[in-house]
Amino acid sequence: MEATNFLISGVGGQGVILASEVIATVGLAAGYDVKKSEIRGVAQRSGSVAGHVRWGQEVQSPIVPEGCADYLVALEILEGLRWLDEIGPEGTIIINEQEIPPVSMAGEAINYPDPGMVKKALQTAAERVFRVPALEMAQQLGNPRVLNVILLGVLSASLSVAPRVWEDVLRDRLPSRVLDLNLKAFGRGRAWLEETRHR
Amino acid sequence: MRVLLSGNEAIARGAYEYGVKVVTGYPGTPSTEVVENTARYEEIYSEWSANEKVALDVAIGAAYTGRRAMAVMKMSGLNVAADSLFYVPYTGVNGGALLIVVADDPGQFSSQTEQDSRRYAHFAKLPMIEPSDSQEAKDFVGMGLDLSEKWDTPVLLRTVMRISHCASVVELGEREFDDTIPTGPFRHDHSKLICTSPRSRARHPVVEARLEKLIEVSNQFPSNRLEWGDLRIGIVASGPVYRYAREVFPDASFLKLSLTYPLPAALVREFAAEVEELLVIEELDPFLEEQIRLIGVDCQGKSIFPRWGELTPGVIKHAAAEAGILQEKAIAPRRHVVPEGLPTRSPTFCPGCPHRSTFYALSRLKNLVVAGDIGCYNLASLPPFDIVDTAGAMGSSVGVAHGFDVAGLPESRVAVIGDSTLFHTGIPPILNMIHNGGSSTVIVLDNHTTAMTGHQDHPGVGVRLGGERATKVDIEHMVQGWGLGHVRRADAFDVKEVENAIREALSFDGPAVVIVDGPCVFVGPGVTRTYDVDTETCIACGRCHRLGCPAIVHSDEVNTKTGRHKTRIDPVLCAGCEMCAQVCPQQAIHPADTVE
Repeated sequence: MEATNFLISGVGGQGVILASEVIATVGLAAGYDVKKSEIRGVAQRSGSVAGHVRWGQEVQSPIVPEGCADYLVALEILEGLRWLDEIGPEGTIIINEQEIPPVSMAGEAINYPDPGMVKKALQTAAERVFRVPALEMAQQLGNPRVLNVILLGVLSASLSVAPRVWEDVLRDRLPSRVLDLNLKAFGRGRAWLEETRHR
Repeated sequence: MRVLLSGNEAIARGAYEYGVKVVTGYPGTPSTEVVENTARYEEIYSEWSANEKVALDVAIGAAYTGRRAMAVMKMSGLNVAADSLFYVPYTGVNGGALLIVVADDPGQFSSQTEQDSRRYAHFAKLPMIEPSDSQEAKDFVGMGLDLSEKWDTPVLLRTVMRISHCASVVELGEREFDDTIPTGPFRHDHSKLICTSPRSRARHPVVEARLEKLIEVSNQFPSNRLEWGDLRIGIVASGPVYRYAREVFPDASFLKLSLTYPLPAALVREFAAEVEELLVIEELDPFLEEQIRLIGVDCQGKSIFPRWGELTPGVIKHAAAEAGILQEKAIAPRRHVVPEGLPTRSPTFCPGCPHRSTFYALSRLKNLVVAGDIGCYNLASLPPFDIVDTAGAMGSSVGVAHGFDVAGLPESRVAVIGDSTLFHTGIPPILNMIHNGGSSTVIVLDNHTTAMTGHQDHPGVGVRLGGERATKVDIEHMVQGWGLGHVRRADAFDVKEVENAIREALSFDGPAVVIVDGPCVFVGPGVTRTYDVDTETCIACGRCHRLGCPAIVHSDEVNTKTGRHKTRIDPVLCAGCEMCAQVCPQQAIHPADTVE
C-alpha cells in the first residue's frame, strides 16, 4: 500500500502541532506505520507552521514527498495557498475560511491574496476543496481555539477510520476541562462535511 | 506497548529504560525536549545547566561516580562544551557511562550555522552513533551507554532536526536498573582523572589504541548492516538520510551505518567489492566519504549531492537525476499552482512581549550600532525595527560591542542580551569590558525565562526544572557588585522609562548596564484587559504600527485627508501590555471597556 500523506499548515499558535499529533496518533491506533515531521521554534511567534504526517504499511521518510500530499488541512487561507504545489493529483483540500494578515511592517499595506485569486488557486490545485467556516463554527461553540479540531472532524469524515478512534485519541491527548468542547467541535466538523455533501 | 514518540522523547525514554541517573543540558532547538522529557521521570535527576560546558562537566562528574549520565545540547552548544569534550576521552568515565547528545540542524531551521557536529567525533576522538528514527533513538541510548561503559569512553549520540522533531513508532520497555543501589564511594585514579601534563601525555596513546579497537566494534555493530538489493548501485547512508535514500532507491543495495565513527572499514570494503557504483549520501560535510576514500575505496558523494541544506528525498531525487543515476522520467514534473507574490509571514514579537519597548526606543535613537545576541530579541533584526546590526553566538554581543569601542568606532555602542544568555556566556565579556576600561552600554533584556526555546528556567528564575524553588540570582545586585558606575533598572512595560534609561546610559562616560525588566507574556501574570482604538481620535499617523505588534491592524476607516487607514486592535490577539496606548500621540488608545 502506498502511504497516505497529510500536510497541516497554519499560523504559529493556531494549533497546527496538536492537529498533526492527533492525525499521527489516529494512524497508529488504526494499525498503520506512522511518521510525523514538524517545524518548531517559531510556533508561538506568529510565523508559518507546517506539519507532515504519513500513514502506511511501512513508512521510511517523515517528509511528505514533493507533490504527493493526499490531504492538505490548512488552518488559514494564506498558509493554505503556500502549500498548493505539494498536493497530489487526487488530493483533497480542507481549508479554514480565515484570513490572518501577516504583521504589517511600519503600517504599510499587506497585499493579502484577494478572494478571486484564492478561489482560482484552490480550484486549480485540487478537485475536492472544502472551504470550512471553522473560526465562525468555533466561536459559536464558545472558543475560537477549537477550530483545528473542527477541521479534524471534517478530515475524519473523508477517511475510513472510525470516528470512535479519533475521539479516543482526543480523549487521551486533551486535558479533561476542554475535552467536551473539543469532542463537540470534532462532531461539528464531521456533521459539516455530511451537510455539505448532501447540499 | 507501541507508541508514537518524537526522537527527543525517545532519547529521554531511552535514558529512563537504560538506567541513566543524571541528565544535564542547556535548551537549544532542536535538542530541548530531551531534557524536558527526562525531567518527567523521578528516577532521573535532570537539570538545566547555566550553559553547555557546565552541563557536560556535571555529566562527566556524575559518570566519574560510576553512574550513567547524559549531557544534551544543540550543535552550537557543543562548541561551548568543546573544551570539556576534548578532555573526557583522555580521562575515560571511571566506571560510569557518559552519552553526549548533540542535535544538528541541517537546513538551519533555528540555528546560526549549518555546522556538522560529526566532525567532533573525529576531532575529539570518541565513538559516535546516529539513529535514523525514534525506535533507534531509544535503542541507541542503551547501546551507546554500553559502549561507554565497556570501552571507558564518552560516546556521542548525534541527531538532526528530522530525528529530534519527527515522530515514529517506538516499542516501550521497562527501566533496567536497580535504583536502590547507592552511589560511590569515589574511585580515585590520578593517572587517568588528572588530565594535565605530564599525566595526560600517557593517556593519548590509550585514546588512539581505543579508537583502533573500536573499528572492529564498528564492523560488528548490529545496526551497521548490509542490505543487499540490486548490485548496480550501492548506497552508504546513516541517520534520516538512510530513510530518505531508501525511499528514492527502493531496490538498491545499502550499507546502513549507525556507529559512524570510527568507520567500519571491513564492512565498507566488503560492500564496495560487491556493488558496481558506490554512492555516499550524507547531509552537510563529506564526513563518511572522506573516511571511505582514506581507506582506499573509491566512491561518489559530494560530486553529486549538495553540501548544504537538508538532503530530503526530493533533493536526493533531483541531484541523482541530474547525475544520470535516476531516470529523469521517474520524476513527476512539479506543479506550479501557488499564486505568485504571496506575502511572507515572518516571526515577530508576540503581543505583550516585553522586548518591544527596548527596540522601539532604540529605533528612535541616531548614531547607534547595536550588537545583538541569541534569543527572541534577535527578531529586532527584522522589520519593523530592523535595528540589530550583528548576531553570532551566545554571549557574543558584549564582546563585539567592546571591540567596536576599542577600535575607535565613532557611533554609540549598545549590546542587547537576554537574561538566560547573560548567565550562559554573557558575564565574562561584561567583566572584560569593565576591566579593560570600555564604555559601551549593555541592555539586559530580563524577561524572567529562557523564552526562545519554550520557557526554561535559569539561575535568575528562582524555580528549577522539577518545579522546586531555587535561590533567585538578582541580576541588578549581581551587576552592582561588579562596581560599574552606572546600573539602572527600567520597567519594560513603561516605554518612556525604558527610553530614558537607555538615553541616560548612553550619555554616561564609562561602561553602563540597563536592565529592562518585564516577564515574557507566556510566564507573566496573564492578560487582564485588552485595548481598543477610538477611531474618532485616531489620525492614522502609524506610530503604533512601529511597535510591530500582531494585534495592531488596519481598520476599514480611513483618514480622509491622508487616505491612510486608521488603526484597529484585534481583541483576540491583544495582550493588554499598553505600549501602543503609551506611544499614541493622540491618546486614542484606551482599555477596551472604556471605549464606546
